[in-house]
Amino acid sequence: MSKNIIRPYGDTLNDGKMQLSFTLPVSCDALGKEAARKLLLQTGFDEAEITSMSDLAEGFTHFIAYAVTSTSVDISKIKVKVVETPVMTMEETDAFVAEHLGRKITVVGACIESDAHTVGIDAIMNMKGYNHRYGLERYHSFNAINMGAQVPCEELLAKAREVNADAILVSQVVTQKNIHIKNLTRLIELAEAEGLRDKMLFICGGPRISHELAIELGYDAGFGQGTYATDVASYIAITLAKQKAQE
Amino acid sequence: MLKIGLNQEMVSRARKAAFQITNAFTWLFEGYTTVATERTVLRLMGIDGALKDGKPLPNVVVDHLVENSALQKGAAIWMANAMLKKGLTAQQVAEEVAYKGLDITQIPLASGEAILETLNPLVDKMLGHITAQKQKREELLAKYQPRPQPVIYVIVATGNIYEDVVQAKAAAREGADAIAVIRSTAQSLLDYVPFGATTVGFGGTFATQENFKIMRKALDEVAEEENRYIYLTNYASGLCMPEIAAMAAMERLDMMLNDAMYGILFRDINPKRTLLDQYFARMINAYAGIEIQTGEDNYLTTSDAVEKAYTVTASQLINESFALMSGIKPEKMGLGHAFEIDPELENSFSFELAHALLTKTLFPDAPVKYMPPTKFASGNIFKTYLLNAMFNFIGQLTGQGVQLLGMLTEAIHTPHLADRFLAIENAKYIFKAVKDLNQNLCLSEDSFINKRANEVLAQATEFLEKVAREGLFSAMAKGEFADIKRTENGGKGLDGVIMKDKDYYNPFLEIMKQELAL
Repeated sequence: MSKNIIRPYGDTLNDGKMQLSFTLPVSCDALGKEAARKLLLQTGFDEAEITSMSDLAEGFTHFIAYAVTSTSVDISKIKVKVVETPVMTMEETDAFVAEHLGRKITVVGACIESDAHTVGIDAIMNMKGYNHRYGLERYHSFNAINMGAQVPCEELLAKAREVNADAILVSQVVTQKNIHIKNLTRLIELAEAEGLRDKMLFICGGPRISHELAIELGYDAGFGQGTYATDVASYIAITLAKQKAQE
Repeated sequence: MLKIGLNQEMVSRARKAAFQITNAFTWLFEGYTTVATERTVLRLMGIDGALKDGKPLPNVVVDHLVENSALQKGAAIWMANAMLKKGLTAQQVAEEVAYKGLDITQIPLASGEAILETLNPLVDKMLGHITAQKQKREELLAKYQPRPQPVIYVIVATGNIYEDVVQAKAAAREGADAIAVIRSTAQSLLDYVPFGATTVGFGGTFATQENFKIMRKALDEVAEEENRYIYLTNYASGLCMPEIAAMAAMERLDMMLNDAMYGILFRDINPKRTLLDQYFARMINAYAGIEIQTGEDNYLTTSDAVEKAYTVTASQLINESFALMSGIKPEKMGLGHAFEIDPELENSFSFELAHALLTKTLFPDAPVKYMPPTKFASGNIFKTYLLNAMFNFIGQLTGQGVQLLGMLTEAIHTPHLADRFLAIENAKYIFKAVKDLNQNLCLSEDSFINKRANEVLAQATEFLEKVAREGLFSAMAKGEFADIKRTENGGKGLDGVIMKDKDYYNPFLEIMKQELAL
């Protein structure tokens, strides 16, 4: 097997061992256990072994299982979309912006529509930041406007137009029933209708957001879990500098 | 016995400052009412239902009174007067206003005595119903096993009340003692309470009276089978605080999230509106025997949990003081705090233990409510499960009243059925394993934990004294709470704050005040 073609590693190379857990609407007994095992076999696993089952009441049972997969992936054939700009510290970003743009960058951020959870946007934008990385408000090179929670898309776009924003930051934390996709799509559609889409960077973030998803939805970039203000600030500064150089 | 020695002089100073802060608002409570308060009065008079477009009848009537500049007398007088003169029930009057354009402000006012005669039977009927619900709870509590400490509290949040019922019953059978139905994410900013059973919500299920009724019935059934009372929880917060408290009182909910300042700071609701609404909401909770819970955990999700630990203590003391003004007894005050310290910090467990003991010691009679790790919960469910175990260890060791269980998938999605089961299994194991461990432990006076608790108390006291000197609204405007700036006349819902006339009357508030000896 080529070293580019890989399978899960349990305790031996390419043994294909995986751990799984799931719930079925079935009784917690021999029948339920066999149903869980069959499900794994039909999913394509081999040697499925149910190692634990627990009665969740109301006719549900939770299973923990180990199984072997015979499938493999060729990592030489995989391409992923990631934000490729290097990450600078706050001081480096401030110096970079002074040198390459010679003005402040204006960023408007919000949790849009139904989303009331500001923890993400606050971590990126507020003075205090998160985990010892200051937020955009602290940057000399940024004029950061955090509109907070439950901001209608129309208001966010109106504000961005009013302050002539360089970038819009949207946070979506609640993802139940894919509400984040609906909200993010709505914002982009409105921006396009209002002719704002190409006038500024559109960036989204949240625990279930990836750069790939963001691109797919028509955004310039997406930031997921583990993102700090440094990541977002560097991306905005470098991208704007590149755009300026091309003008 | 595991306990800390708090500087009692500092405790008295802190309580005195909190008292000064909250008792500076008698001008507000005596001089003003809100649209939400008046809608609550109408609901308590028996008005329910909604127009086709979803607008509830209590909103229709209150909006009608506002349009005719009549709300300053209170909704009760106009409604009772119309009932008297038209020979209709409150519901019928509301329907005539909604569908037939009846203007109840044009009906000449009867004498005060005649209006009272119309009002009194309605007030007696509703307060009798609420008292009966309270007695029913007490009977059931006496009949079943005693309340565990901590109470195991879990959340359901499917958006569909019927799906919530399935998950809540499963959780109760697995060992949960309290079920909270999380509200749909935008509900706190709705200036009305939706009507009827609901099956669509985002991140939670709408709080409606019908949804309360459906869940209450389901939990009573499980309680009977399990021989354990199952507490039902919801949220009296946002723009409809007192209305939701009234619905909870009518449907025998047991615990309500009901913070005096949360709406101001974290939902940008106008400060005057919030304080007025919490005043009446808490009085209803007190009257109905509902345990309130406060949201101090929010301070720590937005700020550093070590650096800002004192804001939790300060907020608890303000919440306590406001609650006392509304007649809530200490044993019904589920003051909040949280396990949110960065797990990378050396001795983080000792810090958490100090903070949890501080809360428990400051409020010995209160069923204090302990919130789980959320900020440092991640997609690594195994690590999160371990954090939850440490959190549960402290919960039992320090005798918390209510333990809101952490979910291993906290950072990923609203809990799956099995996530809740695993959380309950974790808590039950730890609670049992360390049940009486605290009887065998003691802290030396110069221990870090003892010093840390006193340090946080001293910081909180200093902060409260500063706020007492400058006034709560001025401190909020400067961003001294949670680094968030809120001004007295800013935020949502200010237009729903109304100055009372001299002849304003809220019969429910008056009688509750009497019976609660306020």
